[in-house]
Amino acid sequence: MGQFELGLDAPICLTWELTYACNLSCVHCLSSSGRRDPRELSTAQAEAVIDELQRMQVFYVNIGGGEPTVRPDFWHLLDYSVAHQVGVKFSTNGVRLTPDRASQLARTDYVDVQVSLDGATAQVNDRVRGAGSYVTALRALDNLAEAGFGNAKISVVVTRENAGQLDDFKRLADDRGATLRLTRLRPSGRGADVWDELHPTMAQQRELYSWLLANGENVLTGDSFFHLAGFGESLPGLNLCGAGRVVCLIDPIGDVYACPFAIHENFLAGNVLHDGGFAKVWRESELFTDLRSPQTSGACTKCQHFDACRGGCMAAKFFTGLPLDGPDPECVQGYGEAALAGDRVVPAASQDHSRTAPTKSAPVFVPLGVGPVAPPVHACAESPLAGLALETV
Amino acid sequence: MVAGLVASDPLAQSWELAPGVALRPEPFGALAYHFGTRRLTFLKTPELATVVRSLGDHPDLRTALAAAHVEPRYWNAYSKALVALADAGMIRPRETSSV
Repeated sequence: MGQFELGLDAPICLTWELTYACNLSCVHCLSSSGRRDPRELSTAQAEAVIDELQRMQVFYVNIGGGEPTVRPDFWHLLDYSVAHQVGVKFSTNGVRLTPDRASQLARTDYVDVQVSLDGATAQVNDRVRGAGSYVTALRALDNLAEAGFGNAKISVVVTRENAGQLDDFKRLADDRGATLRLTRLRPSGRGADVWDELHPTMAQQRELYSWLLANGENVLTGDSFFHLAGFGESLPGLNLCGAGRVVCLIDPIGDVYACPFAIHENFLAGNVLHDGGFAKVWRESELFTDLRSPQTSGACTKCQHFDACRGGCMAAKFFTGLPLDGPDPECVQGYGEAALAGDRVVPAASQDHSRTAPTKSAPVFVPLGVGPVAPPVHACAESPLAGLALETV
Repeated sequence: MVAGLVASDPLAQSWELAPGVALRPEPFGALAYHFGTRRLTFLKTPELATVVRSLGDHPDLRTALAAAHVEPRYWNAYSKALVALADAGMIRPRETSSV
């Protein structure tokens, strides 16, 4: 697909994080969301971005956050976008999807809704997304179904803890006339802190691959599992990294990054307010021009599966401290494990919007497996609360 | 499938862009997007994009191809591409006064 690699006049898959504010504080949040950035685009600035997307014929935009619906002008911007021929697909934890909003959405054309859920049971979900978040998500999905909103999406990040629940997720979706969407856990944002404990094991990756081959027709993946193509058959979709070529991200303050999983200064292409507008950043920025030039893929090019996976995900490599011209950390041929075992320096986050004080419902993630252990101490020094970040209620 | 609606020869058929479909020019040709089905299709040459864009202005595909200066030896290939676009819901047969 040469036309993809050389880039397009406008992105096909544009993500726009409307706010870093969020009522939740999921342990694996890609954008380290929590607190609103005071420089967030105003309503008028956001409308100007939509006007430009219309001129560029960006057919639809994936709106996320943070929790986009906590912006007071969210519903206005949604209507504004649809009225300007830019369809909207938005991701939400469901907190504001009341029966009234669900009815409103059911009456609006060109809107897709993705409700995030990272466990098919409250126990598994709330461990990473926070207390009460399972109930909130299911209530939102039920409201949508009851309002007659057709084909909502249940969006699941596949982890070591929910990889065994794929059939259960499918049933939750089927029961509500919804579609299941599975995506890959990235070590981006706060995800970097929990990736080692949460990313699926090799055995789980193989099971996921088989499951996707068996169910792929009716399950969306956002093309996020192309690294699994190294198992043999390519999965449906675009089997290469689209960063800066077909994909990019606009963040709440108008910064443009190469992809939603690469919110880091190394992948910052420019700003929609300060660098001549989104079209100019997309078409002319040095970073995107570079990403569209032929990439070197190092030793991976010698692998017989290179044409299938193309070296995997740039963001996954970067945030685990692996070289960008080497294997993906989850390379299914095992080259990633070897690379992870070698010398590497995990890059420091270049921004963090996490709340400084945990909220009442914030997840307190404790790895279930045997993690790094404390230095040996005599038994009576072990407190049952040792190592836990205590909540202040 | 639109086979039942289409004249046996797609070249003799009147076509138009389906409602809710937008064409976006790209260096390689164009992208067609259907807002209703969310389907995206690549038109892989600028010539094909020109022909698709002009379908509604011509009484049939043959005339549209001639107007776009497409050589007749390529007409069968274009004809197949148009039928594929119709199957994808991007274009549709157009009602005309002459039967």
